[in-house]
Amino acid sequence: MSSLLFATPKDLTSWLAKLASDHRVLAPRQEGPSVVYRPRTAEQLASDDIDALLRRATASPKQAMLPQCETLMTFKSVKDAEDPSKLTTTLENPCVAEPTVLFGCRPCDARGFVVLDRPYLEGKFKDPYYGARREATVIVTQACPSAFSSCFCNWVGSHPSDKEGSDILFTAVEGGFVLEVVTEKGQALLEGADFADASDRAADVEAVHEAAAATLPSPSTLTDVPAKVAARFTDIAFWEKETVKCLSCGACTYLCPTCQCFTITDEGSQLDGRRLRSWDSCMTPLFTLETSGHNPRPTKAERMRNRISHKFSFYPERYDGFFSCVGCGRCVVSCPVSLDIRHMVKAAVEGVVLDAGKSGEPAEVPASEKAEEKAPVEEVKAPAEVAVPEAPTAVPTEPVEAVPAESVEAAAAEVVPVEPVEAAASAAAPAQATPASRTQKSAGRTTSRSSSKSKAKKR
Amino acid sequence: MSVLAGKELRIVGFLCNWCSYGGADTAGTARAVQPTDLRIIRVPCSGRVNPLFVLKALINGADGVLVSGCHPRDCHYSAGNYYARRRLELLKEFLPVIGINPDRFEYTWVSASEGQRWKDVVTNFTNRIHALGPAPRWEDVPARYDRPEELIESIRPLGCGEHPALPELRQAVKDALAEGLEGVLGWKKGFDAVHAEPVFMTTPEEVDSLIWGPFNVHNLAVYLPQYKGRKIGVVVKGCDSKGVVELLAENLISREDVKIFGMGCNGTVSLPRILAKLPEGVKIESCTGRGNKITVTAGGQDYEMTMAEVAQDKCRLCTKPNAVLSDVFVGTPTTEPAAPADGRLPGLRFLDSLSLEERMGYWKGQMERCIACHACRGACPMCVCRDYCVSDTRDPAWVTQEDTVQQKLFFQLIHAQHLAGRCTGCTECERACPMDIPVFALKQQFGRMIQKIFSYGAGLDVNATPPLLTYQVEEPTIKEHDLA
Repeated sequence: MSSLLFATPKDLTSWLAKLASDHRVLAPRQEGPSVVYRPRTAEQLASDDIDALLRRATASPKQAMLPQCETLMTFKSVKDAEDPSKLTTTLENPCVAEPTVLFGCRPCDARGFVVLDRPYLEGKFKDPYYGARREATVIVTQACPSAFSSCFCNWVGSHPSDKEGSDILFTAVEGGFVLEVVTEKGQALLEGADFADASDRAADVEAVHEAAAATLPSPSTLTDVPAKVAARFTDIAFWEKETVKCLSCGACTYLCPTCQCFTITDEGSQLDGRRLRSWDSCMTPLFTLETSGHNPRPTKAERMRNRISHKFSFYPERYDGFFSCVGCGRCVVSCPVSLDIRHMVKAAVEGVVLDAGKSGEPAEVPASEKAEEKAPVEEVKAPAEVAVPEAPTAVPTEPVEAVPAESVEAAAAEVVPVEPVEAAASAAAPAQATPASRTQKSAGRTTSRSSSKSKAKKR
Repeated sequence: MSVLAGKELRIVGFLCNWCSYGGADTAGTARAVQPTDLRIIRVPCSGRVNPLFVLKALINGADGVLVSGCHPRDCHYSAGNYYARRRLELLKEFLPVIGINPDRFEYTWVSASEGQRWKDVVTNFTNRIHALGPAPRWEDVPARYDRPEELIESIRPLGCGEHPALPELRQAVKDALAEGLEGVLGWKKGFDAVHAEPVFMTTPEEVDSLIWGPFNVHNLAVYLPQYKGRKIGVVVKGCDSKGVVELLAENLISREDVKIFGMGCNGTVSLPRILAKLPEGVKIESCTGRGNKITVTAGGQDYEMTMAEVAQDKCRLCTKPNAVLSDVFVGTPTTEPAAPADGRLPGLRFLDSLSLEERMGYWKGQMERCIACHACRGACPMCVCRDYCVSDTRDPAWVTQEDTVQQKLFFQLIHAQHLAGRCTGCTECERACPMDIPVFALKQQFGRMIQKIFSYGAGLDVNATPPLLTYQVEEPTIKEHDLA
């Protein structure tokens, strides 16, 4: 399915404008100094300057699948006229996944959806909201012409022309664009587009891809990243030092293409309201605050440890060595204090020695146990999945395990208890090996049920 | 008649329990005929009326808001209405910046015996709101995305060259560390040549990484409260020092715990302005500054720019380039210019040039792209509640989790309101915003009204009392709003 098609800039915008008649077309738009994904109309697209459509968005396009805030359901209860103690409750699911074209995301953004797919669509509970949108969306990705100072996709097993997650990948060449069909969804979208065949431009495309790859920093040489990051878990002094300048603001998590945590709240009254799901950030203290007042992650050091560990240790442990970071560098470039995740992961990994099951932290028995368990796992799986599983960099997020959205019978509570879905306990999960993490885990469970902010987060 | 029938408007009244609520009762007992648009909420005292009550009502669609309390000198709690007067007057002056007609809000005094006066107040206020008509709805206002592009001219020379006194500053910091300071907050080079980053220096080697120049944009005062009780130092620009002073004035840090290192500042840069001069995505290799010229080498090419083109707006109008308070001041102080005739930054100037409805449209267009990360709060040195921000509580639920323009703007109003009389104008909120939303204009509006009414600027004097924490029985600069 690797047919190549050629489109001039005019062809491309006309095609998008045509798509806009029966699709929601999300494309980048310049707003002030920021570039934002917006639904665009046919007229806007037809008249848009192509360069404006090709800019990299300031925030990742994950909102296309996982909106900043969405209504999971609405509820309304009517009192019985005869017996006011009787309530008739009606629930409605307002989620409509309209056919959508996500245009102009970068390979790292598209790969971000692959990262989100695992917690949201795999396993026992699938998220129907995310799933419906994912199903209805065709991703048209632009191969990066060059890397930004903050880019490091080659550290996490990707590259500037990575097709993973995309349905169509297009590359800017002399005179226009070469579109490569990646999936059947992409093929279907291109039906009737009437673009010229571009099999003869394959060499040009290859040259552009190679030139882009050459602008990246050299691949990292870090090895055994998940195990080594996990071995840092108990080294709280390390995390304190690394986060001295962190403002704990959470901008990184909201900009990240792979950060997936959310909170669930009910708004409105008990008799007439909406259950909302909105983005949450593991960098804020409220994320783990329990009703009792206890907070298992009271300081920014612990929160950052969680974020980094999740991206570079917990997630790869659970999902075949695939980092939950795509190297887009948004967290680096938009951090108000220029905190650099590349530096942090590198620092976390370096100096940790994993030999024969002994971790670099002799004092940490649990850590070494964990390291022992992981190192072999990592060695078997990582090479297969990630080209060079060495460099750490990534935008971490707290994964939210899929929440059973269907379990919505009880609608009247103001604070919605959402049962966290326990991860299909991967024996290798570092959290389970360490006593400290075990505490955290059970504490987290309590939180989801009863925090006054009613957070639903996983583990 | 129902509100929906269109004849009645939604007017919310906050009435003090002791006087105005009684006054309304008196009017009712006397069977005075009055309009029925007003919905009354009884509060213990007009001093209980948080200006956010008013803002929340107006943002969420109230057509008018009336606050009424005891006459000055008559407060059941002695002074509640004196505080209310200051806050509410300031609020009234603030409203136009978000596109709300200040006539939609009024505060007045009615005593329990003044039934007739209450009737007149309600009638006149209701008539006024009817004359204005229903408040414009956020959903109906067209969003606008244009922004101030003009650069304001600097009132002082800006420079970006190597500061001659930097070695001296490093030495002073090293000496202080040797004398027992736990660490000193400063800046070092960041991940590329145009980024600096904060550093907590604890060793002489780390002090050698200390830099001083146009990239030292961060206000390090933001970190001080977390070190409370520990002896540390902080390197400050003039604007940062105002943050330190305000923290000291509010007793959030103690003078003996913090050692302040100052040096004359010649201005800092706006990163978005530098990046706008480079091709998108280009790799930045190096950067040199000489005089007022910055040369950025990126992608093998040199890009020249002047400070006049890329300096932050606040630096252009800065009158305090030297620390207003310091223990160690190194080098020659920068010449302090006289106050500019117009101290408004471009955001506020632009807003002032718009009509009320256009201002609503402006905020709608800007807040739409807010991702609610609250980096503005994180970067604010005066946001000292940190983990306990009222916007995060569910009870009271000031903001919902909805991602509407009203909710996002209301968060900004909480921020601005809580900074009224405290904001030192460092503009870190705006710089930290990953989506480049010009939120500082809201704080500057409060700042300029406080200057106008109370002749007060925050962050200049550790012994000053912020104007909203005090009152005068007679307020010469506030005129009575008599509705009767």
